Amino acid sequence: MTSTTETMFSTAPRRRSPAGSSWTLTIAVVVALLALLPLGFVLWATAATGWDTAIQLIFRGRVGELLTNTVLLILFTVPICTALALALAWLTERTDLPGARFWSWMAVAPLAVPAFVHSYAWVGMWPAINGLGAGVAISVVAYFPFLYLPISAAFRLLDPALEDQAASLGLAPFAVFRRVVLPQLRLALCGGALLIGLHLLAEYGLFAMIRFDTFTTAIIDQFQSTYNGVAAYMLALVLVLCCFVLLGIEAGLRGRRRYARLGPGVARHVKIAKLGAWKYLLLLLPIATAAFSLGIPALTIARWLIAGGWSIWNVSEVGLALWQTLVICLIGGLATTAAAVPIAWLSIRRPTRASRFLEGCYYLASSMPGVVVALALVTVTVRAILPLYQTVATIVLAYVVMFLPRALVSLRASIAQVPVELEHTAASLGRSPGNALWSTTVRLAAPGAAAGVALSSLGIMNELTATQMLAPNGTRTLAMAFWALTSEIDYAGAAPYAVLMVVFSMPLTWLLHHQSKKIAGR
Amino acid sequence: MTLLQLTSLRKNYGSVAALDGVTLSVPAGSRTAIVGPSGCGKTTLLRLVAGFDQPDNGTITFDGQVLADGSSHVPAHKRGIGIVAQDGCLFPHLTVLQNIGFGMTEDRAAKEASAAELMSMVGLDRAMLARKPDQLSGGQQQRVALARALARKPRLMLLDEPFSALDTGLRAATRKAVTDVLSAAGITTLLVTHDQGEALAFADQVAVMRAGKFAQVGSPRDVYSRPVDPATAAFLGEAIVLPAEIADGRAQSPLGLLQVDDLGYRGRADILLRPEQISVVAEGEGTAGTISEINFCGPTSDARIALGEGFSFRLDIPSREMLLPGDAVKIGVSGKAHVFR
Repeated sequence: MTSTTETMFSTAPRRRSPAGSSWTLTIAVVVALLALLPLGFVLWATAATGWDTAIQLIFRGRVGELLTNTVLLILFTVPICTALALALAWLTERTDLPGARFWSWMAVAPLAVPAFVHSYAWVGMWPAINGLGAGVAISVVAYFPFLYLPISAAFRLLDPALEDQAASLGLAPFAVFRRVVLPQLRLALCGGALLIGLHLLAEYGLFAMIRFDTFTTAIIDQFQSTYNGVAAYMLALVLVLCCFVLLGIEAGLRGRRRYARLGPGVARHVKIAKLGAWKYLLLLLPIATAAFSLGIPALTIARWLIAGGWSIWNVSEVGLALWQTLVICLIGGLATTAAAVPIAWLSIRRPTRASRFLEGCYYLASSMPGVVVALALVTVTVRAILPLYQTVATIVLAYVVMFLPRALVSLRASIAQVPVELEHTAASLGRSPGNALWSTTVRLAAPGAAAGVALSSLGIMNELTATQMLAPNGTRTLAMAFWALTSEIDYAGAAPYAVLMVVFSMPLTWLLHHQSKKIAGR
Repeated sequence: MTLLQLTSLRKNYGSVAALDGVTLSVPAGSRTAIVGPSGCGKTTLLRLVAGFDQPDNGTITFDGQVLADGSSHVPAHKRGIGIVAQDGCLFPHLTVLQNIGFGMTEDRAAKEASAAELMSMVGLDRAMLARKPDQLSGGQQQRVALARALARKPRLMLLDEPFSALDTGLRAATRKAVTDVLSAAGITTLLVTHDQGEALAFADQVAVMRAGKFAQVGSPRDVYSRPVDPATAAFLGEAIVLPAEIADGRAQSPLGLLQVDDLGYRGRADILLRPEQISVVAEGEGTAGTISEINFCGPTSDARIALGEGFSFRLDIPSREMLLPGDAVKIGVSGKAHVFR
C-alpha cells in the first residue's frame, strides 16, 4: 500500500492542465451520478410515499423482525469470522504450521463457491437446517476469506522491527501481539468486517434457501409476489440505513492513525513462531475450516452429480446458460472497467478534493445491496424510460454501479506504478497528449485493466439478486438457472450449474490471492 | 569490570556464516563501536545481544548472567537491554508520549512526568509529546527513540546505525547529543556502524569487523594508527601502503628513509603512512616526485603522484599549490610509519 501511495505522490504532477482533464472529469461526474441513482431513488421514493404512510410501513412488527434477524446475523457472523480469519492468518503467515502455503490457498478458495451454492450444499447435507444458527454457520464459511485475505496481507506487510523493539522494551510475546501487532491489523480488520457486513445485508440466495428472512429476501418476496412497490421501497430504505450504519461504524473504528512503517530502510523478514508439539493440534483448525467451507460443497455437488448421472447434463441448456453468462460477464466487465478509467486516472494524475469526493461516491454507491440497485433501475425504467426496461443496457448499468470499485482498485494500482515522466517523455518526442497517454500509461496499465475486467466479470458471474430482477427476457445465466432449479427442489439438475460457477470462479480466487501477495511484495 | 562478554559467537544463515567466532569484552560504562562494511555481520551480532535471534554456538554473558549459550536463551523482553534502531522504529500508531511510555510500568501520571524529563534530557520540547511520529523530523524521531529506550533505565544500550538515516549536519549534532546523554547517565553503549569516522569519534573501544570476524579490537587511536593489516588500514581511512626494507627502527622506501614504529623488526615488509603525515610542495625538502594526474575539487585537489621505479600513490593536496600534471614536486613525511608484520 505504502509503495502505491508513495508512487502516487511522486508521480502527481505539480502543474494542472485543465483542458485535458476537464473531459475526464465530466465523464467521471456523469458515471458518479448514474452510480448514485439507486440511492437517490430510495430517497425520492420515501419522499413520494408521504410521511404518514412511510412511518406506518417502517414502524411495524415485520420490519422489527427483519431488523432483529439482520442485527443478530451480523453480531454473530462478523466476530466469528474475525476470530477464525485472524487465527488462520496467524497460523499460515507467522508459524511453522505444516503446509502453511497450502492452507493459505484453502482459506481463500471458499470465495470460488458462490454464497448460495454454500447454502445449497449445506441443505443437501442437512435438509432440516434453517434459521439464525444455520445462517450464521453458512455465512461464516462463505465469507471469512474476506477477512482472511486482508489480514494475511497485512501480516506480511508488518515491520518485524517494531515487534523486536517492543520486546526490547520488556513486552512478553502475547503483549507484543496485543499492543503492537493487533493495532496495525486494524485497517485490515475494519475493511474486511465491513465487506462481510455489507454482503450479509445484500445476500439473497444464501438466506432464501434456508428460509431465514432478511431485508433483502423480504424485498424480493414482496417484489415477486405482490409487486407491492411502496412496501418494498420502505424496506429498501431501512436496508440502506443499515448500510449507512455499518459504513459509519467502520469509519469511526478505522480512525485516522498512521500504520505504515516510518522512515527509510527495508523491512526485515518476519520471524516464524515455532509451534512445537502444538502444531498437530492447531492443524485441526485449517482442516476443519476446509472441511466445512470446501468439503461440504464438494461432497454435495459430487453426490448430486452422481445421482443425476448423464441426464442432468442437458448440453443445449447448460451450454446456452454458460454462453449467455460469459457474454454478459464480458460486456459487464469491460463496461465496468471502462467506467472506472476516468476516475482512476484523475485520482492518480490529478488528485484533487473533487476527485476524492467522486471516488467516495462510487464506493458508497457500490455498497448499496443489489436488490436496492435493481429495484431502483426497474422502477426508473418502467416509469420513465420503458424501452430500457429489461435490456442489456440496464443490467450492465447495475453491474457498473455494483462492481466499479473492483475495477477501480486494480486500475489505480497499475496507473500509480507508471511514472508520469513517461508521458512527459512521449510528449517531448512529439506525441499529442492523448497519444502520449495511450502509448505509455495505458499500455503499461493494461495488466491492471485486465485484472479489473476479470475481477468485475467474475463478480457478475455469481450475482443473482440484481440479475434475476433485471435480466432481459429469455436470459438464463448459470446463477439464474441454478436458482430456478433449486427452487423446484431439482437439486441434481442444479449441480452442473454449480460446478460451472465454481470452475469459472477459480481464477478469481487465484487472482485475489496473487494480488494480495503482490501488494506485500512477494 | 566487564559488563558484556561475548565468547566464540557463531551464527549461520543457511550455509552462510554471518558470525564466525566472535569474542569481545565490553567494560561497564564504556562506549564500544563495531564497524565494518555492510554484510559483515555486525547487525546480526547486535540482534544476538538484543535477544532477537539466538546464536548457534558460543555464549553471551551480561553482568555475570548467561543470556544465551547455544542451547538456552533469555528472550528479548527479559534482558533489560535498550536498543535504538536505524530509523528509530517508533510505533506509528502511538503519540510521542505513548511511545516513550510504552515500556514503562508506572501509572499514567508517573509516565507523563518521566516522559517530560526524558524529553528535556534528549533536548526536545515537551510540547512534542502530543505529536505523532510522522510529525517529527528524522533527528527528532531518533531522539524520541533514545528517550523511549532510556525510559527503561537499561544498563546496556545498543545503537544500530542510529545516525545513518540523518543528513550530514544533523548527524554530527545528533551523535553528540546521544553521546552526551548516554555518558551523563553512565550507560554502557554498543554502537554498530559502517561509518569509520563515526566509530572513531564515538567510541573508547573500536572493533573492526570483516566477514563475520573481528579483524582488530582496540582504542580508536590504536586501530587507526596501528592497524593489523592493509585491509583494516584502508577500511579505517585513506592509507598509503609502501614496500620497504626495515632495520633498526628505519625503513628504506620509495619515499626515502623513514622512521618506523617497530624497533625490533628486520627485513622486508609493507609499511603504512596516513595522508596527514605527508606534505607535497612545489619547492622544498623531500623525495622528488611528479604529478601524473590532478583533479581540482575546491580547497583540495585529488592528485596521483608518481615516484621512481613505477610506484605511485593517490593523495588530496591543498589546491593553493596550483599544481598541474607533469609538475615536479617534493614529498615530505612526518611522524613514524607503521609496519605490517
